[in-house]
Amino acid sequence: MDLLLTDYLPIAVFIGVALFIGGALMLAPFLVAYRNPDPEKVSAYECGFNAFDDARMKFDVRFYLVAILFIIFDLEVVFLIPWAVSFAEAGEFGFWAMMIFLGILTIGFIYEWKKGALEWD
Amino acid sequence: MALQAVFFYLFSFLTVASAVMVITARNPVHAVLWLILAFFNAAGLFVLLGAEFLAMILVVVYVGAVAVLFLFVVMMLDVDFAELRAGFIKNAPLGAMVGAILLIELVMVVGMRFAGTAQVVRGPAPAPVAGSTISNTEALGAILYREPFVFYLEIAGLILLVAMMGAIVLTLRHKDGVKRQSISAQNARNPATAIEIAKVPAGGYTVPPKAPEKVRS
Amino acid sequence: MSFLSNFWTEWGGAVLWLAWSVASSLILLALLLIIIAFLLLMDRKVWASVQLRRGPNVVGPFGLFQSFADLLKFVLKEPIIPAGADKGVFLLAPLVTAVLALSAWAVIPVSEGSFFGLAEGKWVISDLNVGILYVLAISSLGVYGIIMGGWASNSKYPFLGALRSTAQMVSYEVSIGFVIVTVLLVVGSLNLTTIVNAQKTGLGTSLGMPGSILDWHWLVLFPMFVVFFISALAETNRPPFDLPEAESELVAGFMVEYSSTPYLLFMLGEYVAIVTMCAMTVILFLGGWLPPLDVAPFNWVPGIIWFIAKVTFVFFMFAMVKAMVPRYRYDQLMRLGWKVFLPLSLAMVVIVAAFMQYGGLVR
Repeated sequence: MDLLLTDYLPIAVFIGVALFIGGALMLAPFLVAYRNPDPEKVSAYECGFNAFDDARMKFDVRFYLVAILFIIFDLEVVFLIPWAVSFAEAGEFGFWAMMIFLGILTIGFIYEWKKGALEWD
Repeated sequence: MALQAVFFYLFSFLTVASAVMVITARNPVHAVLWLILAFFNAAGLFVLLGAEFLAMILVVVYVGAVAVLFLFVVMMLDVDFAELRAGFIKNAPLGAMVGAILLIELVMVVGMRFAGTAQVVRGPAPAPVAGSTISNTEALGAILYREPFVFYLEIAGLILLVAMMGAIVLTLRHKDGVKRQSISAQNARNPATAIEIAKVPAGGYTVPPKAPEKVRS
Repeated sequence: MSFLSNFWTEWGGAVLWLAWSVASSLILLALLLIIIAFLLLMDRKVWASVQLRRGPNVVGPFGLFQSFADLLKFVLKEPIIPAGADKGVFLLAPLVTAVLALSAWAVIPVSEGSFFGLAEGKWVISDLNVGILYVLAISSLGVYGIIMGGWASNSKYPFLGALRSTAQMVSYEVSIGFVIVTVLLVVGSLNLTTIVNAQKTGLGTSLGMPGSILDWHWLVLFPMFVVFFISALAETNRPPFDLPEAESELVAGFMVEYSSTPYLLFMLGEYVAIVTMCAMTVILFLGGWLPPLDVAPFNWVPGIIWFIAKVTFVFFMFAMVKAMVPRYRYDQLMRLGWKVFLPLSLAMVVIVAAFMQYGGLVR
């Protein structure tokens, strides 16, 4: 209760106020601005051509690889944060435990590098 | 306490409602966006439990990373809705089976709680005791890097390693004939290796005796 | 009347509290937006000066009111929604970008202590225990506005821009995460106020000097400071890492189909995110609101002034980088993120931890 009231409720109010400001800005031109859409104006921009086909096309699988690697390293950071905060309490045992954890992931990182997964072609 | 209850019901209702929208939304991208809303409300529920570290991590990992991957996958799918609906009847028994197993498991977990034999449930997340100065994160750190949890930590590391290798084995395809930049080779270039001065006889041309050593650029 | 007085005795505290928190949120947001209006002008002026131009100089003295004129103009422009667009997501994207960027400021402490005896305590909407994680979470959500905008436009340039931008932002977020871990190792708290106050003592004070610029983390963690600054540029899609909106290749990236205030909200979100990153640089490495030398004339100045001055300085560096450095190529960008910053920051985590453990620096 205390945590909610003192810490998180003000954030909720703050986001509410920010949402109000953003929403007001968003709505304003729909109320006051001149609107006259025509087919050319609302067509997708493609350097003057008519759009060939649907823009949502297939793209390089490499983007997935980047996303997956990001998830893995993000999780690594997540495991590091409580360790960094309780570094003194974790002591030498905690230090070496984390070094082993980082070592395992460094093997993966070297594998990635050697395989050329970090090259962009 | 009333305020906490209001927020609990708000977050719970939104979680369930957006979960329903995830499976009913026609457009898969909309489904992922609803899923993100569900994650957010789950994070709100964690905050109500006092587990603020887990709440933030839920947002960082699930919303910030996993859902991005989902969006990537879903955005490029050429989803043929007619075909999808045709496949519904075919896959319905399998889906029903998975759903039933999950339901039974849920009932078992909740049932054990009620039967009072809930040894497997370790209790709520290590939230700070009221009045103590230890934060939620420190409380987690204090148990995570000791026995026995440290072994789970190393196992998590191994799982991440396997995931990394699996992702590379499954998705990495090198195109042929791609020219890449080799920065060290570029920096190592000097006039001696990059330039060759050929004597051109007057009134004619000559083929250089040998091609200069090729430096990738 | 008795109902009213009953209501007041029971709920008066809650109503007052709500009014106070709405008012403080409004004050912070209004000040933030006004400061950003002038920082935006500064960005343009710095850019212009480097190129020996005048920059905006018509609206008001020295063009000071240019940003406000721009705001009016945006509001009066016709909002265009492309025919093929997914209307709901299309309009949601800029709103998400701007509101998320603004909401990071709920936890950023701008000062502490008194302001000529006016305000006491911590100058922050919510002094969260996990403040830095909150900022990390918010900045990791920044990709959604872009990816939603790019997808919903149903146009090729925005789609390509959104893809590039997502891959770029996630690549640099990893090194930002590791940099934050090194700072946490030194400080041992996720609370932003504690992180600033930890910089009151350090290298300088251990040599017997008064608290000074030498105590701040930028000196002891210098490589991390550089990595964080460059990653912040990449994370906010600033030049030289502005590939998602590269004008000469992708027209304007994910913003191509936007006009009027939806476009303004994207711009606003981007600049708020930049200023947030400047503030994070100041809090993590440049001693927050602490004076550069804790002696007489300097520590008379209120902390908020120092904070704003430092944020402006970091923003000036952002503007100078934009003006002077040519754009990176995409493969160079990914190489820098994954092959240089990631191993460097990972190694620094190990080095800092080892130094703390065996260098006798355990808190």
